[in-house]
Amino acid sequence: MATARFWRENPSRYNLAASRCDNCGKVFFPPRAVCSACHRKSIGKMTSLKLKGTGEVHSYTLVHEAPAQLEMLKPYVVAIVKMDEGVMLTSQLIDCDPKKVEIGMRVKTTLRKLGEDGPAGVIWYGYKFMPEDQV
Amino acid sequence: MQVGIVSYGAYVPRYRITPQEIGRVWGTDGDMMSKGLLINSKSVPAPDEDVITISVAAARAMMARVPVDPQDIGALYVGSESHPYAVKPSGTVVAEAIGTSTNLTVADYEFACKAGTAAIQTCMGLVGSGMVRYGVAIGADTSQGAPGDPLEYSASAGGAAYLIGSEGVIATIDRTLSYTSDTPDFWRREGQPYPSHGGRFTGEPAYFKHVQTAGLNLLAAMSTKPADYDYAVFHQPNGKFPTRVAKMLGFTEKQIETGLLTPMIGNTYSGSVPLGLAAILDVAKPGERIFAVAYGSGAGSDAFDITVTDAMASYDRGAAPSVRQMIERKQLIDYATYAKYRGKIRLKEGAE
Amino acid sequence: MREVAVIGVGDTKFGELWDLSFRDIGIQAGLAAVYDANLAAEEIDALYVGNMSAGRFIEQEHVAALIADYSGLARDHIPATRIEAAGASGGLAVRQGYLAVASGMHDIVVVGGAEKMTDVGDVMASAIQSMAADQQWECVFGATFPALHAMIARRHMHEFGTTREQIAAVAVKNHKHGSMNPKAQFQREINIDTVLRSAPVAEPLTMFDCAPSSDGAAAVVLCAMEKARKYTDKPIRILGSGQASDTLALHDRDSICSFTATRVAAQKAFKQASLEAKDVQVAEVHDNFTISEILAIEDLGFAKKGEGGRLTAEGQTAIGGKVAVNTSGGLKARGDPIGATGVAQIVELVTQLRGTAGKRQVAGAKVGLAQNVGGTGATSVVHILGVA
Repeated sequence: MATARFWRENPSRYNLAASRCDNCGKVFFPPRAVCSACHRKSIGKMTSLKLKGTGEVHSYTLVHEAPAQLEMLKPYVVAIVKMDEGVMLTSQLIDCDPKKVEIGMRVKTTLRKLGEDGPAGVIWYGYKFMPEDQV
Repeated sequence: MQVGIVSYGAYVPRYRITPQEIGRVWGTDGDMMSKGLLINSKSVPAPDEDVITISVAAARAMMARVPVDPQDIGALYVGSESHPYAVKPSGTVVAEAIGTSTNLTVADYEFACKAGTAAIQTCMGLVGSGMVRYGVAIGADTSQGAPGDPLEYSASAGGAAYLIGSEGVIATIDRTLSYTSDTPDFWRREGQPYPSHGGRFTGEPAYFKHVQTAGLNLLAAMSTKPADYDYAVFHQPNGKFPTRVAKMLGFTEKQIETGLLTPMIGNTYSGSVPLGLAAILDVAKPGERIFAVAYGSGAGSDAFDITVTDAMASYDRGAAPSVRQMIERKQLIDYATYAKYRGKIRLKEGAE
Repeated sequence: MREVAVIGVGDTKFGELWDLSFRDIGIQAGLAAVYDANLAAEEIDALYVGNMSAGRFIEQEHVAALIADYSGLARDHIPATRIEAAGASGGLAVRQGYLAVASGMHDIVVVGGAEKMTDVGDVMASAIQSMAADQQWECVFGATFPALHAMIARRHMHEFGTTREQIAAVAVKNHKHGSMNPKAQFQREINIDTVLRSAPVAEPLTMFDCAPSSDGAAAVVLCAMEKARKYTDKPIRILGSGQASDTLALHDRDSICSFTATRVAAQKAFKQASLEAKDVQVAEVHDNFTISEILAIEDLGFAKKGEGGRLTAEGQTAIGGKVAVNTSGGLKARGDPIGATGVAQIVELVTQLRGTAGKRQVAGAKVGLAQNVGGTGATSVVHILGVA
């Protein structure tokens, strides 16, 4: 039962909690204690922020061989998205025709079910992407 | 103080299936079902959607329209008859997802299709008594009808969220009252995947008796006539019941038109009146009056007398999609896909 | 630091080895290497075992102790260490063995790698492979290991105009090489159509763009150069060893079209060896996916950035071309028992440099390079070997 492992990441999975190094401005997701570029100079200078949730597709793929959790949804699109804050995230891209997905496409996040620990287990939720202008 | 709606938000899933498609599989005349129920299509949730994700979407839309700090929310209730967990509230996930503090009270509600409106009443009490500054009431469902049962043609998915408060109110709730009795017209036992119902018993002694009585009681309490209202919305398990009860009470088809969503998206159960009301608020103007009566099997009706305020003129409705927009963005699916999405196909357990 | 040489090599066939257990394959490869080195057990100072996930595949951890035991070496109580870095476990084990001998701590060590992937079902095997990526921020969100590589492929096509056919050419070449390797899992040649028409895994990659699940083990014996000629008259020297790390998640890289860890590891190895890419005749690179080989030849300097696809399609990385890449058949055709792969690469290079590669011999092979990658490039290990 991987309960705590998912629970402690709720702030990032639900609300895109991130951190920014005030020394160089680099944004990290999930939040980090130390900036990988500034090292010691970033200690005490990492501030919390929430990503807006918008960005553009950096790359994508249509997944046919799915892990057990995602059998229901295959084939599904996975994308690496460059968020407007500069940091990149990976998740599914839903509510759009896979044939119309393009590098550079604008997207936004929405909360969906990511999986569950079996029919009697905990359900975990998190961000997926959808086209930005989609209702 | 004037207690009422400070903001609202809605969510309807994109997939649709028609009665004709369902009828095709069960050897029933789908056209006849469609005409009989006054339903042309119903909404279907995707496999990664549930009452929690729908509630979050509606609640986030609600927060997007106002500059209210979620940390000032003191109560949050999610009413549904298809909560993802039998034990573990949907409300706590929604609260975290909209950024509330930990200083709030949360509970999940159940009263068939009126769980959401019961939550609105509770929030009104908490705000009115000064116990909380803002309360959130959500009605959402992803209910199912048993395969082949008449309910399968109408049971759909969707929800709406209401921010109840006394500051920046866009629509005051001038009065609410309820009519409740122990009437077993429709129920689902613990552990059962599908509900059962009393057939025609769900009509006259259940829906009509409770909606009509609550409606008449509210008109009497407010000393009003149906013509005093610009809009009316009644619980809409199909397209026919609300039309009939409106007529019985003296409301016109024009008054119920804006809030009548079932023909397009089916019966969203706890989302039924909340979504219908949201569709009305999407277009209502300052000074306009709304008459709303919800119904939950088991049975009870919650009635509301609502007046849109001047604050509606500066309310940022455009910050989130309207109900109409969500109704119109749709994707038709066939029965096989629907059965797969709704978990009606028995899957093998365990990954190897 | 003193010079180190490979004095013995051994391996099992790679494939679905239903009759052989993890212990069986580990011992088979190890004994073959020790025998090849004309070594007595008492002369072995330490054992290093590369293995990614025995705990998941066969519910057994502590596998270095297991191999030490079943090889008879535990009786002499030699130090036995397991090394893990996902797909780079084998290469990393080689490096640890190399460092132990180069530092003077040990004179002779055995380095092995083994994985028994068919003891679980397909879905589980894929899930375990995906553990090389970022579980919390890639896999939980639906990115499988092939999906991550498919996104690399798509971006590479977008940035450099690499074509689908060029990517598929990697598989065609490696199957051709594999057909000349009796130990390879797949020994049939294929053509571009085979690749393009096979079942899609994560578009644009199909089944034939992906290395198989395999069982197998490989082992090498490392010895201080100053003592090597006591055991063999064809010692193969480790001229350079480099290792580097990078972010775990692919989306945290500066570019997803290049494995910086490979570039850095290669730079270190080349510097140590005082050599350049053009000095290498034969290379074993990490083609768990076809696109990975294209990135590898660019990152190692065999091709300019963006030219990997073209170079492959032109046949420049086949036997007879500019540099013979994956003469063993690579991970694609030779097979990819994860922890064994990095060690098997050394076995192939030594075979080539000794001149005993038979049908797939690269004429005049003097310098070989092995590149072994963990995850989507979070770890990379590069070794350069040469005739002593």
